[in-house]
Amino acid sequence: MAQAGKSEIKYLTPIAVDIKRKKYCRFKRSGIKYIDYKDADFLLKFVNEQGKILPRRITGTSTKYQKKVAQAVKRARHLALMPYVADLLK
Amino acid sequence: MQRNYETVFIMTPVLSDEQMKETVQKYRAFLKDKGASIVYEDHWGLRKLAYPIQKKSTGFYHLVEFAADPSIVREWEVTFKRDERILRFLTVVLDKHSVAYNEKRRRNKAEKENVEEKAEA
Repeated sequence: MAQAGKSEIKYLTPIAVDIKRKKYCRFKRSGIKYIDYKDADFLLKFVNEQGKILPRRITGTSTKYQKKVAQAVKRARHLALMPYVADLLK
Repeated sequence: MQRNYETVFIMTPVLSDEQMKETVQKYRAFLKDKGASIVYEDHWGLRKLAYPIQKKSTGFYHLVEFAADPSIVREWEVTFKRDERILRFLTVVLDKHSVAYNEKRRRNKAEKENVEEKAEA
Protein backbone atom coordinates (compact mmCIF):
# COMPACT_ATOMS: atom_id res chain seq x y z
CA MET A 1 0.00 0.00 0.00
CA ALA A 2 1.00 3.54 -0.68
CA GLN A 3 0.29 4.72 2.83
CA ALA A 4 2.23 1.94 4.48
CA GLY A 5 4.90 4.38 5.60
CA LYS A 6 2.60 6.46 7.79
CA SER A 7 0.19 3.93 9.14
CA GLU A 8 0.35 5.33 12.64
CA ILE A 9 -3.09 6.67 13.47
CA LYS A 10 -3.43 8.50 16.71
CA TYR A 11 -6.67 8.56 18.63
CA LEU A 12 -7.58 10.92 21.44
CA THR A 13 -8.87 8.06 23.53
CA PRO A 14 -7.40 4.60 23.22
CA ILE A 15 -9.76 2.19 21.51
CA ALA A 16 -10.79 -0.66 23.74
CA VAL A 17 -10.08 -3.85 21.91
CA ASP A 18 -11.60 -6.91 23.44
CA ILE A 19 -10.05 -9.87 21.75
CA LYS A 20 -11.35 -12.59 23.99
CA ARG A 21 -15.07 -12.08 23.64
CA LYS A 22 -16.56 -13.62 20.55
CA LYS A 23 -19.12 -11.53 18.75
CA TYR A 24 -22.53 -12.97 18.14
CA CYS A 25 -25.72 -12.02 16.40
CA ARG A 26 -28.15 -10.99 19.08
CA PHE A 27 -31.15 -11.65 16.87
CA LYS A 28 -30.14 -15.19 16.14
CA ARG A 29 -29.31 -15.87 19.75
CA SER A 30 -32.50 -14.50 21.22
CA GLY A 31 -34.73 -15.58 18.36
CA ILE A 32 -35.98 -12.17 17.29
CA LYS A 33 -37.57 -12.45 13.87
CA TYR A 34 -38.85 -8.94 13.30
CA ILE A 35 -37.17 -5.64 14.04
CA ASP A 36 -39.64 -2.93 14.81
CA TYR A 37 -38.94 0.45 13.24
CA LYS A 38 -41.22 2.13 15.79
CA ASP A 39 -38.97 1.18 18.68
CA ALA A 40 -36.43 3.97 18.38
CA ASP A 41 -34.84 3.28 21.75
CA PHE A 42 -33.89 -0.20 20.65
CA LEU A 43 -32.56 0.93 17.29
CA LEU A 44 -30.34 3.39 19.07
CA LYS A 45 -28.07 0.45 19.88
CA PHE A 46 -27.22 0.09 16.21
CA VAL A 47 -26.18 3.64 15.45
CA ASN A 48 -23.26 5.76 16.58
CA GLU A 49 -23.46 9.20 18.17
CA GLN A 50 -23.89 10.78 14.79
CA GLY A 51 -26.86 8.60 14.02
CA LYS A 52 -24.99 6.50 11.48
CA ILE A 53 -25.74 2.81 11.24
CA LEU A 54 -22.96 0.76 12.79
CA PRO A 55 -21.28 -1.85 10.61
CA ARG A 56 -21.70 -5.54 11.16
CA ARG A 57 -18.10 -5.91 12.16
CA ILE A 58 -18.78 -3.89 15.27
CA THR A 59 -22.21 -5.07 16.32
CA GLY A 60 -21.71 -8.68 15.26
CA THR A 61 -25.14 -8.87 13.65
CA SER A 62 -25.53 -11.51 10.94
CA THR A 63 -26.03 -10.40 7.35
CA LYS A 64 -29.66 -11.39 7.36
CA TYR A 65 -30.49 -9.23 10.36
CA GLN A 66 -28.15 -6.38 9.50
CA LYS A 67 -30.30 -5.80 6.43
CA LYS A 68 -33.37 -5.68 8.61
CA VAL A 69 -31.72 -3.39 11.13
CA ALA A 70 -30.73 -1.02 8.32
CA GLN A 71 -34.23 -1.09 6.91
CA ALA A 72 -35.76 -0.39 10.32
CA VAL A 73 -33.39 2.49 11.05
CA LYS A 74 -34.17 4.05 7.69
CA ARG A 75 -37.89 3.77 8.31
CA ALA A 76 -37.52 5.28 11.74
CA ARG A 77 -35.61 8.19 10.22
CA HIS A 78 -38.32 8.81 7.68
CA LEU A 79 -40.91 9.05 10.44
CA ALA A 80 -38.70 11.43 12.43
CA LEU A 81 -38.36 8.91 15.24
CA MET A 82 -34.61 9.05 14.72
CA PRO A 83 -32.47 11.81 13.26
CA TYR A 84 -30.77 11.56 9.88
CA VAL A 85 -27.89 13.60 11.18
CA ALA A 86 -27.02 14.34 14.76
CA ASP A 87 -24.18 14.93 17.07
CA LEU A 88 -24.21 13.72 20.62
CA LEU A 89 -27.06 11.33 20.17
CA LYS A 90 -26.02 9.31 23.19
CA MET B 1 -56.37 -11.69 -1.64
CA GLN B 2 -55.85 -9.37 1.26
CA ARG B 3 -52.54 -8.48 2.77
CA ASN B 4 -51.58 -6.97 6.07
CA TYR B 5 -50.37 -3.42 6.11
CA GLU B 6 -49.37 -0.92 8.68
CA THR B 7 -49.40 2.82 8.22
CA VAL B 8 -48.01 5.48 10.49
CA PHE B 9 -48.80 9.06 9.65
CA ILE B 10 -47.88 12.35 11.25
CA MET B 11 -50.36 15.20 11.35
CA THR B 12 -49.50 18.86 11.82
CA PRO B 13 -49.54 20.10 15.41
CA VAL B 14 -51.57 23.09 14.21
CA LEU B 15 -54.75 21.03 14.20
CA SER B 16 -57.22 21.29 17.03
CA ASP B 17 -58.27 18.16 18.84
CA GLU B 18 -61.46 18.02 16.85
CA GLN B 19 -59.79 18.56 13.48
CA MET B 20 -57.36 15.82 14.29
CA LYS B 21 -60.10 13.36 15.12
CA GLU B 22 -61.85 14.33 11.92
CA THR B 23 -58.70 13.62 9.92
CA VAL B 24 -58.30 10.22 11.49
CA GLN B 25 -61.96 9.52 10.88
CA LYS B 26 -61.52 10.41 7.22
CA TYR B 27 -58.86 7.74 6.78
CA ARG B 28 -60.83 5.26 8.77
CA ALA B 29 -63.76 5.85 6.45
CA PHE B 30 -61.50 5.45 3.43
CA LEU B 31 -60.45 1.99 4.53
CA LYS B 32 -63.97 1.00 5.38
CA ASP B 33 -65.15 2.26 2.02
CA LYS B 34 -62.60 0.10 0.18
CA GLY B 35 -63.51 -3.01 2.04
CA ALA B 36 -60.42 -3.14 4.22
CA SER B 37 -60.63 -4.23 7.81
CA ILE B 38 -58.83 -2.32 10.52
CA VAL B 39 -56.95 -4.67 12.78
CA TYR B 40 -55.57 -2.19 15.24
CA GLU B 41 -55.29 1.52 15.80
CA ASP B 42 -53.07 3.45 18.09
CA HIS B 43 -52.90 7.14 18.70
CA TRP B 44 -49.48 8.13 20.01
CA GLY B 45 -50.49 11.73 20.54
CA LEU B 46 -48.25 14.74 20.20
CA ARG B 47 -44.63 13.74 19.86
CA LYS B 48 -41.46 15.61 19.32
CA LEU B 49 -39.93 15.06 15.89
CA ALA B 50 -36.28 14.08 15.65
CA TYR B 51 -35.79 16.83 13.08
CA PRO B 52 -38.06 19.60 11.82
CA ILE B 53 -40.48 18.77 8.99
CA GLN B 54 -42.12 21.73 7.23
CA LYS B 55 -40.73 23.91 10.00
CA LYS B 56 -42.70 22.01 12.64
CA SER B 57 -40.94 20.37 15.51
CA THR B 58 -43.84 18.30 16.82
CA GLY B 59 -46.62 16.24 15.32
CA PHE B 60 -49.54 13.93 16.09
CA TYR B 61 -48.61 10.34 15.35
CA HIS B 62 -51.25 7.84 14.42
CA LEU B 63 -50.84 4.17 13.62
CA VAL B 64 -53.28 2.01 11.67
CA GLU B 65 -52.89 -1.67 11.09
CA PHE B 66 -55.20 -3.09 8.48
CA ALA B 67 -55.83 -5.91 6.08
CA ALA B 68 -56.61 -4.81 2.56
CA ASP B 69 -56.42 -5.65 -1.08
CA PRO B 70 -53.06 -4.52 -2.54
CA SER B 71 -54.83 -2.55 -5.28
CA ILE B 72 -56.06 0.13 -2.87
CA VAL B 73 -52.67 0.99 -1.42
CA ARG B 74 -51.72 3.32 -4.22
CA GLU B 75 -54.82 5.39 -3.80
CA TRP B 76 -54.40 5.27 -0.04
CA GLU B 77 -50.95 6.82 -0.33
CA VAL B 78 -52.07 9.41 -2.85
CA THR B 79 -54.69 10.70 -0.41
CA PHE B 80 -51.94 11.20 2.15
CA LYS B 81 -49.81 13.03 -0.34
CA ARG B 82 -52.61 15.40 -1.24
CA ASP B 83 -53.58 16.07 2.34
CA GLU B 84 -52.01 19.23 3.72
CA ARG B 85 -52.62 18.15 7.28
CA ILE B 86 -50.24 15.21 6.89
CA LEU B 87 -46.55 15.87 7.43
CA ARG B 88 -45.33 12.33 6.81
CA PHE B 89 -46.67 8.87 6.28
CA LEU B 90 -45.24 5.41 5.90
CA THR B 91 -47.03 2.28 4.79
CA VAL B 92 -45.32 -1.06 5.17
CA VAL B 93 -46.37 -4.59 4.31
CA LEU B 94 -46.39 -6.86 7.32
CA ASP B 95 -45.00 -10.36 6.93
CA LYS B 96 -45.90 -13.22 9.24
CA HIS B 97 -43.16 -12.35 11.72
CA SER B 98 -44.22 -8.75 12.07
CA VAL B 99 -47.86 -9.73 12.46
CA ALA B 100 -46.86 -12.11 15.25
CA TYR B 101 -44.71 -9.42 16.82
CA ASN B 102 -47.51 -6.87 16.77
CA GLU B 103 -49.96 -9.31 18.27
CA LYS B 104 -47.57 -10.22 21.03
CA ARG B 105 -46.91 -6.59 21.76
CA ARG B 106 -50.60 -5.83 21.94
CA ARG B 107 -51.17 -8.74 24.27
CA ASN B 108 -48.37 -7.60 26.55
CA LYS B 109 -49.77 -4.12 26.58
CA ALA B 110 -53.27 -5.36 27.42
CA GLU B 111 -51.89 -7.51 30.21
CA LYS B 112 -49.93 -4.63 31.60
CA GLU B 113 -53.02 -2.47 31.65
CA ASN B 114 -54.95 -5.21 33.39
CA VAL B 115 -52.30 -5.49 36.07
CA GLU B 116 -52.32 -1.76 36.56
CA GLU B 117 -56.07 -1.70 36.88
CA LYS B 118 -55.95 -4.42 39.45
CA ALA B 119 -53.27 -2.59 41.35
CA GLU B 120 -55.43 0.49 41.41
CA ALA B 121 -58.52 -1.38 42.54
